[in-house]
Amino acid sequence: MKQSTFENLYQNNWEQLETWLNHLDHHYFKNPTELAKFPKLYRQTCQHLALARDRHYTPHLVAHLNQLVLRGHQHLYATRPNLIYQIVQFILTDFPYWIHRHNSLIGLSCLLFFAPLLLSFWATQTHEEWLHFLMTEKQLEDLRTLYSPQSTFARHTQEDFLMFGHYIKNNISIGFQTFAGGLLWGLGSTFFLIFNGLIIGAIAGHLTQIGYSNTFYPFVIGHSSLELLAIVLSGAAGLKLGYALLNPGRLYRLQALRQAASEAIYLMYGAIFLFLLAALIEAFWSANHLISPEIKYTVGTALWMICLTYVLLLRPHRAT
Amino acid sequence: MLDTTYLIETPEGSTLELHPAGPVVRSCAWLIDFIIRAIIYSALTYYLSLLNDFGTGLLLISIFLLEWFYPVLFEVYSQGATPGKKLLKIRVLNELGTPVNWNNSLIRNLLRTIDFLPIGYGFGLLTMLSNPTFKRIGDLAAGTIVAYQENTIQRPSLPDTTTSQHLPVPLTFGEQQALLDFAERTFTLTMDRKIELANLLTPLTHQTDHTAIVTLYQFAQGLLGKNPPIE
Repeated sequence: MKQSTFENLYQNNWEQLETWLNHLDHHYFKNPTELAKFPKLYRQTCQHLALARDRHYTPHLVAHLNQLVLRGHQHLYATRPNLIYQIVQFILTDFPYWIHRHNSLIGLSCLLFFAPLLLSFWATQTHEEWLHFLMTEKQLEDLRTLYSPQSTFARHTQEDFLMFGHYIKNNISIGFQTFAGGLLWGLGSTFFLIFNGLIIGAIAGHLTQIGYSNTFYPFVIGHSSLELLAIVLSGAAGLKLGYALLNPGRLYRLQALRQAASEAIYLMYGAIFLFLLAALIEAFWSANHLISPEIKYTVGTALWMICLTYVLLLRPHRAT
Repeated sequence: MLDTTYLIETPEGSTLELHPAGPVVRSCAWLIDFIIRAIIYSALTYYLSLLNDFGTGLLLISIFLLEWFYPVLFEVYSQGATPGKKLLKIRVLNELGTPVNWNNSLIRNLLRTIDFLPIGYGFGLLTMLSNPTFKRIGDLAAGTIVAYQENTIQRPSLPDTTTSQHLPVPLTFGEQQALLDFAERTFTLTMDRKIELANLLTPLTHQTDHTAIVTLYQFAQGLLGKNPPIE
């Protein structure tokens, strides 16, 4: 078939497809029954592209058809999932499933985080100089004023929101860095886990030693479960990337990394969710002086139990 | 071939061509986005500071979102392109040529941290230069590719000749293509160049200058099967 005959025969189809694509680009659907014709039209054009190439029609015709097919391909094979439904499903089934799948990595991440934390806590009780090795005198001074039992700082609700913003920016960024650091053969994640463990342990140890327990622990009990779990999960996600690079098994390193990343990202979604919840609690609940320490301890302990149950006991199958 | 064409086979069995975008155009896109973000930062800093502590809280959240989610949201909801990319006509796609989803976009943008190391996207640049489709580390891990957005192609119509001619002698396939290319590209060539090219083919057309050009058009029309010659 000569090119001009070919063009005359199918020009209408191509124009129709192009109109469709323009509509789809702007999320404008005329009506669903019309939409059902789109795949057919697209597949016809795929065939025309193959024919045009095979018959060596002019480069411009081939390029035009290539473009139509490329655009059609993107619409036909796009995934437009329902976000709300996905979030609910993620919390109920997918997240526990991914936690369960990675329990050994999460265990390792826990070890890398909590062992330095406890060690650092112990070190502050026995070795005075350890604290100064980690933090400057200025930072310590700030901490002592913040948690001093004498300070009667009744925070404004406005100030609560300021701290909410601060926790979100600061904590989630740390989580993201911990994850990304895994790409350096897991070293980055390991570093952030150990480092944050040491700092948190030192702060808790120091405030306990100087007798600020009654202000410090009621403050942290509420959000600590969620926040620490989120850090551990970010670390585990990063370690997964590192492990894939170190031990790719029977895959190429690149393939192993890609597979690891596609699974690790679910742990990160979970970590983001937990960080957000923790920031909410830390800003609006933990800091609230009107709530008595007893209630804070009760609620905090309950949250720890819920978190541990969620991580250790839920064994859902992933919906497929 | 020196071309960087990247081929994708669709489930329909046809092959698509993508043209990966290189480091220079991507840096420019990044710079544009950087400027846009800087403008938003300063505007937010100014207006939110009027709201005291509440405003500062909002500002911190906005900084966090701009820093990490600016590219993600645009890639997922604006056809794979941040404003900078859109301006330079490039966009992020899945390796299979489909639009990126949340997972891929988030992976490639979180791992940006590593691409940025040790300074100014050093690792990212090295990685981009060492693979044929210019992927940075984040792209490799997420399975994404940054490619040029195809321009809407205006298909040129061949110069109108009312009549056409059959070729006097059979030409090879490549020669026929060259002839068609000449006719399709005629609007972008200067008259001098057209004459120069057409005169190369005097053995075929037995003519020179303007008449040779017209004869070549007629051959091209004949090859396409337009205005068939009256036998």
